[in-house]
Amino acid sequence: MGKFAKEFAKGLILSNPVFVLALGLCPTLAISTSIDNALGMTLAVLIVLLGSNIIIAAIRNYVPNITRIPIFIVIIATLVTVVNLIFHAYLPATYEALGIFLPLVVVNCIILGRAEAFASKNPVIHSIADALGITVGFMLALLMISFIRQVLGTGGLSVFGHDLFSLPVLRDHPIAIFILPYGAFLVIGLLMGLFRRTGVMKSE
Amino acid sequence: MSELVAIFLGMVLINNFILVRFLGLCPFFGVSKQLGSAISMGVAVTFVMAIASLATWLIRNYILIPLDIEYMHIVIFILVIATLVQIIELFIKKTNLGLYFSFGIYLPLITTNCAVLGITLINATQDYSFSSSIVAALGGGLGFTLVLAIMSGIREKLELANTPKSMKGLPIAFIIAALLGLAFVGFSGII
Repeated sequence: MGKFAKEFAKGLILSNPVFVLALGLCPTLAISTSIDNALGMTLAVLIVLLGSNIIIAAIRNYVPNITRIPIFIVIIATLVTVVNLIFHAYLPATYEALGIFLPLVVVNCIILGRAEAFASKNPVIHSIADALGITVGFMLALLMISFIRQVLGTGGLSVFGHDLFSLPVLRDHPIAIFILPYGAFLVIGLLMGLFRRTGVMKSE
Repeated sequence: MSELVAIFLGMVLINNFILVRFLGLCPFFGVSKQLGSAISMGVAVTFVMAIASLATWLIRNYILIPLDIEYMHIVIFILVIATLVQIIELFIKKTNLGLYFSFGIYLPLITTNCAVLGITLINATQDYSFSSSIVAALGGGLGFTLVLAIMSGIREKLELANTPKSMKGLPIAFIIAALLGLAFVGFSGII
């Protein structure tokens, strides 16, 4: 069980997919405009990454080395199709909000990266821990970025239609740049710098 | 014709693939350290985007829609792109070995570039005609190449600048991308 906990914890900070490995940047930047989108994307990544890690770890001894990448991609693409159909049927609002980035989970480097670097070499149980840890690390990064962008860009926070709070001055004069695409680059760049300055993560 | 021009300009300058749509960020931060490799990467991606748009348009309109299996488009598109990249890799290896080695690892990695799958999905969701799809792919690719080239020019100079230690590398690249994006807002009024 110790190994399980270790594989889980490593995804949170030491190899955080977004801030340290800089993987999966496209969806991170694109959908981090609100907490709702961040949670929707996390759910999609969780289902696909967990599924692909389990399947790939289970068949890892039967997959010929030379054709492994196409096999992994077909497995991942099938899981993404399933997630797309589920979201379309049960979470139509999230499906609309994520738009093109839901099918683009296929080419999210996090998923193929974990399949290649971890699941294809480790047993199923450790691959589950790895998937969960990476997803939680991805979720933390997404939530942090979307929280900052939503609060500064709209002057308040509302999650799934519930207004949690709104700030006095910002409510009337939100800083629109944080909601716009350029704000995403700015927030991630500053957060990465902050983490390195405070020593949470290593500088280059 | 004016519709095609609008799509083209929109793809290159207004809805730029990197700065506004956030597609193809991995090569954007990975390959944008030298001008030369940035431009060859941009050209390769543009080429694959155009060929992939052509192939997926034909497959979608003559196979997927008539058979009513459009929900399979993610699996089909990614397989088409992976196959195309493999064929192009073999072709370049046979015809121009120097170019093949200058691309190195980035050529097979084009398969997992969101910009390529992105353009085929955009074409599908917008229901673009055949000519619009190709023009959109070329515009998107050109916009990608343009921003990649600008970024690599800035980063070459940045090597000599006195950046704070904790901002070196990726963090400062993100900040520059934000400023570059703000500059591109100026184009939004042209169509």
